[in-house]
Amino acid sequence: MTNTVIPAMSPRQMAWRRFAGHKAALVCSAILGLLVLAVVLSPLTTRYGVNESVKAPPNSYLPPSKLAWLGTDDIGRDLYSRLIYGTRVSLLIGLFSAFISVFVGCVVGAVAGFRGGRFDDVIMRVTDLFLAFPFLVALLVVRNMFGSIGWLTFIVGEVSSLRFIIFLLSFFGWMGVARIVRGQVLALKEREFIEAARASGASRSYIIKRHLIPNSIGPIMVALTFSVVGAISGEATLSFFGYGPQPGAGATSLGLLVGQAKGAVQTGFWWIALFPCLVLVIISLCINFIGDALRDATDPRMDAGK
Amino acid sequence: MSESVLKIRDLRVTFNTQLGELRAVRGVDVDVTPGEILGVVGESGSGKSVSFLAAMGLLPKSATITGSVELDGVELIGAGRKAIRSVRGKSLAMVFQDPLSALNPVHRVGDQIVEMIQSHQDMNTHDAEKKAVELLEIVGIPQPDERALQYPHEFSGGMRQRVVIAMAIANNPKVLIADEPTTALDVTVQAQILEVIQRVQQTFGTAVVLITHDLGVIARVADSVNVMYAGRNVESGSVQSIFDHPSHPYTRGLLSSLPHEGIERLHPIAGFPPNMLAPPSGCGFAPRCQHAIEACSAELPSLSPFEDLLTSCIRADELRVGRRS
Amino acid sequence: MFRFALRRSAWAIPTLLLVTFLVYIALRMGTDPLASYMRSNPRATRSKIAQYKELNGLGSNYVTGYFSWLQNFVTFNWPNSIKGSREVWPELKDAIANSARLGIAATTVGVSIGLTIGIFAALRPGGKRDVAVNTAAFVGISIPPYISAILLQLLFAVYWSKWFGNTLFPTSGVYPPGQDGFDLVLMLKHMALPTFVVAIQVIAVYSRYMRSSLLDVLNSDYMRTARSKGLSEFRILMRHGVRNALIPVITIAALDIGAIVGGLIITENIFDYPGTGKYFLSAFGNGDFPLLMPLMVIIVASVLLFNLLADISYAILDPRIRLD
Repeated sequence: MTNTVIPAMSPRQMAWRRFAGHKAALVCSAILGLLVLAVVLSPLTTRYGVNESVKAPPNSYLPPSKLAWLGTDDIGRDLYSRLIYGTRVSLLIGLFSAFISVFVGCVVGAVAGFRGGRFDDVIMRVTDLFLAFPFLVALLVVRNMFGSIGWLTFIVGEVSSLRFIIFLLSFFGWMGVARIVRGQVLALKEREFIEAARASGASRSYIIKRHLIPNSIGPIMVALTFSVVGAISGEATLSFFGYGPQPGAGATSLGLLVGQAKGAVQTGFWWIALFPCLVLVIISLCINFIGDALRDATDPRMDAGK
Repeated sequence: MSESVLKIRDLRVTFNTQLGELRAVRGVDVDVTPGEILGVVGESGSGKSVSFLAAMGLLPKSATITGSVELDGVELIGAGRKAIRSVRGKSLAMVFQDPLSALNPVHRVGDQIVEMIQSHQDMNTHDAEKKAVELLEIVGIPQPDERALQYPHEFSGGMRQRVVIAMAIANNPKVLIADEPTTALDVTVQAQILEVIQRVQQTFGTAVVLITHDLGVIARVADSVNVMYAGRNVESGSVQSIFDHPSHPYTRGLLSSLPHEGIERLHPIAGFPPNMLAPPSGCGFAPRCQHAIEACSAELPSLSPFEDLLTSCIRADELRVGRRS
Repeated sequence: MFRFALRRSAWAIPTLLLVTFLVYIALRMGTDPLASYMRSNPRATRSKIAQYKELNGLGSNYVTGYFSWLQNFVTFNWPNSIKGSREVWPELKDAIANSARLGIAATTVGVSIGLTIGIFAALRPGGKRDVAVNTAAFVGISIPPYISAILLQLLFAVYWSKWFGNTLFPTSGVYPPGQDGFDLVLMLKHMALPTFVVAIQVIAVYSRYMRSSLLDVLNSDYMRTARSKGLSEFRILMRHGVRNALIPVITIAALDIGAIVGGLIITENIFDYPGTGKYFLSAFGNGDFPLLMPLMVIIVASVLLFNLLADISYAILDPRIRLD
């Protein structure tokens, strides 16, 4: 009788399998997908323009009704449509700054981890310090400082512009990514296939590009997801306290909408507070779940006995 | 033969895994005579470690264990938690393969031995600490009173394994199970550790179960040998008999694959270890055996006496090999 | 051990100086202290303006300016706030006390609950308890403190009184207006909601750290050794499991202090709680340099202090790194 052979799976397939096993992550991906779809197809999915009144006055602060599904704001605009447009803006901010953060973070982290030495030490202490600071404090101080630098605002835009916000959030975002990538590179550096590559004369940048980065895809993807949610949160926090982007022309962001929730408490118009907060929380939750499932999928740990 | 201190009958261990049921141990009998060193030899996957982990009750919950394990007349399989805890560390102790990870890195070495002593003996801390230092001395650690205050990472590999042994014999167990104690160590250090184990056996009369895949280790210190393959015992006997006239083709294959003087090429055993999710019917070794006949795969053979050994090969008589002089 | 602590502390002072220097530059560039002063005091005389510049070290050069500010700072020659020329220290002192109370309460509650449920979750990975804890922790992390604060405020300030006719948990201030003197019960009642909001974050973070760290530890070989010694399950869990699992949790904990302080700032602002957070935001909004600098110094100092404490506790807990 012969031995049966167990089919082997590539690491990517195994990771996919593990991810799919996380029911919560799948549900969140679906929810997020729906949301993104609603946002992407925006003129179709919204009912009114972003600055458009629902009807003639009196139209302010109407509770949810057939006319305005989620109620209206202080000047009679449909909250539902504004929520969709606002989410679009915030998602764009989140995605752009996340990608920039991840790009810069990968480069810095890989070089720091691989070369070690002074460069690595300095980078680590600096990022450590920054990351240890209360986020809001650091964010505000840096924001104003950058905003006062003439040539910077010339390139990146004024303090209240979208471009500036993306720049600011990326400035904070790359540090966390760099630490993750550096940790991964440090772990991989000792592995034999890197030694083998060096022994065959590969240059440092070749090793980084062709060996280290591809083997770090897992943690990089995880870092990307958490960067997105971090950026969206950051924008919301800034806007909440009035330091966020002012897109002008009645346009809004998710953060700005959440910021208006402050006033709603006093006045009792609960829909102004509840719905934007709900959307923000759902987005954060879903992205966090997906990121966590990705982390489990790409960095398996054996559970002791089921 | 005097009464066995550790008696294992028909031990079966099955693991419930994602890919199905893994039958790691499929009916194993073991007898350990007091004061002797029993070598258990087999390759990875033969079930040698799992059998004794099962006896100690250290397998994860995904394992189903049936059969009987009697220590000094007390049944361990299915016994309550308290009963097992009173045996573990006291009458039955274990030494593991990797001494670095076996010791808790944040506690001092002396404290870890004291913990072992105080959990089974009524001794105050001061006396227990003195005893710990004595134990370190017995296993050959120089300056034991100073070293007892050190942490595991301050010891070399061989020294660490001595510490682990000292911890295991702290309560004078009747049986010491050593699971590949030398595999993670340098060859020179291996000899030292085996010597320590022998000393323990001679000084305290402890029975030792020495699990290994290394026949050299067996030849050096074992009194009797069990050979395991595919979750079952395939041969058993005194170490002299096994090495002189092995009756099972697997044992013979193991012995002849050892490098020795005069040969020009190594002779590995052909084929691959079996897949324990779907083990072969009949003799586990049959698929790789050059002497296999149809009857071999028909049903599971059990150990039966053959000359001065116990063997599970049904063709032992026919394949009788000349004795080595 | 002592030498280790001393060596690590030696770094703290230069770092403190360096970081405060950078903060000085950032604030001076970002908040335009002079213009803010003029805005708040449009009828200030030339000599008053000069005095303001002098006390705050706003001379032409950043470096000399910093040192002159530093000199004034350490000799307690502090300039007054630009708003109404109020003295900084008395109000700051109260603010610090209020924030410290809140911070300590939230951290104590949060850490003890968080670690405990983290341990329970790790004991049965994949089980119902574990899933519940994980999900709850996630939700806790995903809800930023200002949102939970707002929603709670909505609930208690607006609806509770509507439904039940009284205020169970007040939503602003340390005491009701007009309160004189110390009243423990009232103070606790006012602290309840803000503490809860900050504690949510702390619980969420610590339960996850503890769970993942403990899971790692439970899989190690020395756990198997401990079990083979025949020790009781409780002892194995505490002395070998949790003891080792605490090590990475402590290191992350210190870095997280910043997040807790951040959460405090936001929560104080929303609940109108007179702590350092509320002061920071209003000072920042006004560009109140004399108020901002001491605040920042306190924040920087506490971050560095907690980092130091974490380093030291890490060395106490893990003997392997003491060879530094």
